[in-house]
Amino acid sequence: MSKSFDVVVIGAGPAGYIAAIRAAQHGLTAACIDEWRNRDGKNAFGGTCLNAGCIPSKALLESSELYHRARHDFKKHGIQTGDVAMDIVAMQKRRASIVRQLTGGIAGLFKANKVEGLVGHGKLLAGRKVEFTPVSGDVEVVEAKHVVLASGSTPINLGIAPFDGDRIIDSWDALELDAVPDRLGVVGAGVIGLELGSVWARLGSKVTILEAMDDFLFMADRDVAKVASQEFAKQGLDIKLGAKVAKGTAGKNGVTVEFADKDGAQSIEVDKLIVAVGRRPHTDDLFADDAGIQLDDHGFIVVDEFCRTRVKGVYAIGDCVRGPMLAHKGSEEGVMAADLIAGELAEMNYDVIPSVLYTSPEIAWAGKTEAEVKASGRAYKTGSFPFMASGRAKAMEQTSGMVKMISSKEDDEILGIHIVGPMAGELISEAVLALEFSASTEDVQRTIHAHPSLAEAVHEAALAVDKRALNFPNK
Amino acid sequence: MTIEIKVPPLPESVTDATLVGWHKKAGEPVTRDENLVDLETDKVVLEVPAPASGTLLRIVAENGATVEAGDVLAILEEGEVAAAVAPAPKEDTGHPVDTVAEPGKGPIKTSPAVRRLLEEHDLDATMVTGSGKDGRVTKADVMAFLKSDDSGNVTPGDPATVVVDSSVAEGPARNDQRVPMTRLRARIAERLVEAQQTAAMLTTFNEVDLTEVMALRSRYRDAFEKKHGVRLGFMSFFSMAAVEALKRFPVVNASVEGTDIVYHNYYDIGIAVSSDRGLMVPVIRDVDQMSFAEFEAELNAVAKKAQDGTISMEDLTGGTFTITNGGIFGSMMSTPILNQPQSAILGMHTIQQRPMVVDGEIVPRPMMYLAVTYDHRIIDGKEAVQFLVAIKEQLEDPSRLLLQV
Repeated sequence: MSKSFDVVVIGAGPAGYIAAIRAAQHGLTAACIDEWRNRDGKNAFGGTCLNAGCIPSKALLESSELYHRARHDFKKHGIQTGDVAMDIVAMQKRRASIVRQLTGGIAGLFKANKVEGLVGHGKLLAGRKVEFTPVSGDVEVVEAKHVVLASGSTPINLGIAPFDGDRIIDSWDALELDAVPDRLGVVGAGVIGLELGSVWARLGSKVTILEAMDDFLFMADRDVAKVASQEFAKQGLDIKLGAKVAKGTAGKNGVTVEFADKDGAQSIEVDKLIVAVGRRPHTDDLFADDAGIQLDDHGFIVVDEFCRTRVKGVYAIGDCVRGPMLAHKGSEEGVMAADLIAGELAEMNYDVIPSVLYTSPEIAWAGKTEAEVKASGRAYKTGSFPFMASGRAKAMEQTSGMVKMISSKEDDEILGIHIVGPMAGELISEAVLALEFSASTEDVQRTIHAHPSLAEAVHEAALAVDKRALNFPNK
Repeated sequence: MTIEIKVPPLPESVTDATLVGWHKKAGEPVTRDENLVDLETDKVVLEVPAPASGTLLRIVAENGATVEAGDVLAILEEGEVAAAVAPAPKEDTGHPVDTVAEPGKGPIKTSPAVRRLLEEHDLDATMVTGSGKDGRVTKADVMAFLKSDDSGNVTPGDPATVVVDSSVAEGPARNDQRVPMTRLRARIAERLVEAQQTAAMLTTFNEVDLTEVMALRSRYRDAFEKKHGVRLGFMSFFSMAAVEALKRFPVVNASVEGTDIVYHNYYDIGIAVSSDRGLMVPVIRDVDQMSFAEFEAELNAVAKKAQDGTISMEDLTGGTFTITNGGIFGSMMSTPILNQPQSAILGMHTIQQRPMVVDGEIVPRPMMYLAVTYDHRIIDGKEAVQFLVAIKEQLEDPSRLLLQV
């Protein structure tokens, strides 16, 4: 192995592996050090996203969704199934297989792009040297003209209900359960809590989600949160807001969760308790004390808007730096860092990063919420279109939710698009593109959308902003 | 991609049309919506615009041919046309337009809303500064442009579309000819009405005996031209006299902005010139610092540019005072209109020999009536009158200009 590289990336999650590949595409010599090890003892690239997050959760969401539809919705279509059963082991096998294919895929991409993939621990030393401790073999010091730190994040471990890997579990374990818990408790009704809660609820768990905040989905637009909340309630997810967990005690037969909400102090018994209250940046043993790297109060590596640390030639990207903890944000930061290293102009547009919850119905948004627009003082107008009025949604038997668009009253610029409903995560891309190009409501109104499609709802919502929706009465 | 240019659907009861004239030759580039050819029917003359930008490959129907609806007139090869749009010269005095003209880079990319706005307001995308991705023009940009810049698109020299609507009758027809205003004309109309509605305009008159000026001119004409290479005209005298008077009455050189009077400590004189394209007022800067020769040279240069159409927007903006000369057309007396945002304008007229009383005797003198229209909001009658008297006095005794008294 070469002892020096143009770029050394520490971490092969969606931020790191992308940065390494992009650097190689610029013709730079690149190495990517990663230490992720799965529960089966095997190392794999891809970080949290591929192994314990985005990908496995989407696999389970899909499986559980289909199971749920087969049991509840198929007969509407006239499909006769008899009793539908679920083989959890097979479901998990599929999940594991997808993960394996994709993580192997990264190894393949590294080879194709001539990125040196190094399995082991990477640590930044002073003077842009990286200490590499392979899983097997001797420690080496690698020279790097540039270093990109992409060490990611880990689930926050609550002291009052610490992970034990069995009863009180984190999101990773929650994705690998081999049996459906009868009673499932979830602490945190954020993206992860809701997705995981949805998966197991569909598979038969009685799910109770305890959210400390008083507002449901506080970061989303209020109208979206309201519709989503109603939908989840319909699905039998018991979401308690303003519920602060006091203690979680794991016992032989389950977990006793003591909490307090507006009804006072209570406790529930669950078989498994998933703690999904957030993630903290992972920087354990990532850099030497004299490497010059600075952390902020929350443990994130301090960087500027170009992801540069205080140390010349050292960048940090992804979950270990500020900003939304989203894979696509990390990836684009990886591209930016690689481009900057290659001497090109590059920048991130943090204002137009889409957020997606892959629950059912899906929830997605880009741009500003109505509350944010109101707070900014800018005069605005809104319009929305319910999927109940969408032919396509009706044909799919997925009519819950709506598309909401917020635009500037003065110059018609679209400020935010919020979607609850089928394929929201796909539909949001049109919104992101529109926002990137500073599109006006009129631009979307004048853009032809195929019929019959879910995307038409975006078109109708744009029309509704100016009170000229054609397929739904205007208020 | 090739497109067939066809005869459009003809008006009712019209069976065929005559191809009156092609505006483009084969091989020439065309831009979308540009008029390619005129077709004449009994009722109306039709224009056939280009459906897309590109090159006119081949003309199929020649001048004078009789064509029917749907007939192919020409073949157009679609393609990009270099958007070499020069900024349109404007006679407006104070709203410079940001242009994003990138000749040779192809048509500016626009979104549907932007296209709609540009079409509605007869604008070109190159006139608007783009704040969107990669400098693209957004709807908000166009709206801001329309708000900040009252002046519409001015492209002098646009051919007016003539639509002849004759009633079907025997004998010579009595008809109306409806000609839409050229953009320049529409712009002038708009500005003139605005001037009238904003300022409290009054005109004060006087007359000037140009005997001394003419004597000075004839005495030194040749020497002047020999020394400075430029003719000694009347304008330098009038302009210098005006500048002297403006120095004495600063409020005449000022402008109104809201409730403020803005006094300008410089003397940029606009001289109204008439060109084939219409009236334009190029501005000569810092006239107070010029000699007669410098002024005449500058005036010639700028007048030539106006006539050629090479005058720039910068040459036409600014200006603290204007001099207009209706006399070259024979006007004896008139009430000039203000050139916004200026507060006064001097009107010159014809020089005619008139009987004047000098030292008790009646003698013929070359006289010119002078008019100063002024904005009574900031200039009082007394000042306006005295201002004009100052001009008169300096012209009647040019040594005053030398001594600044």
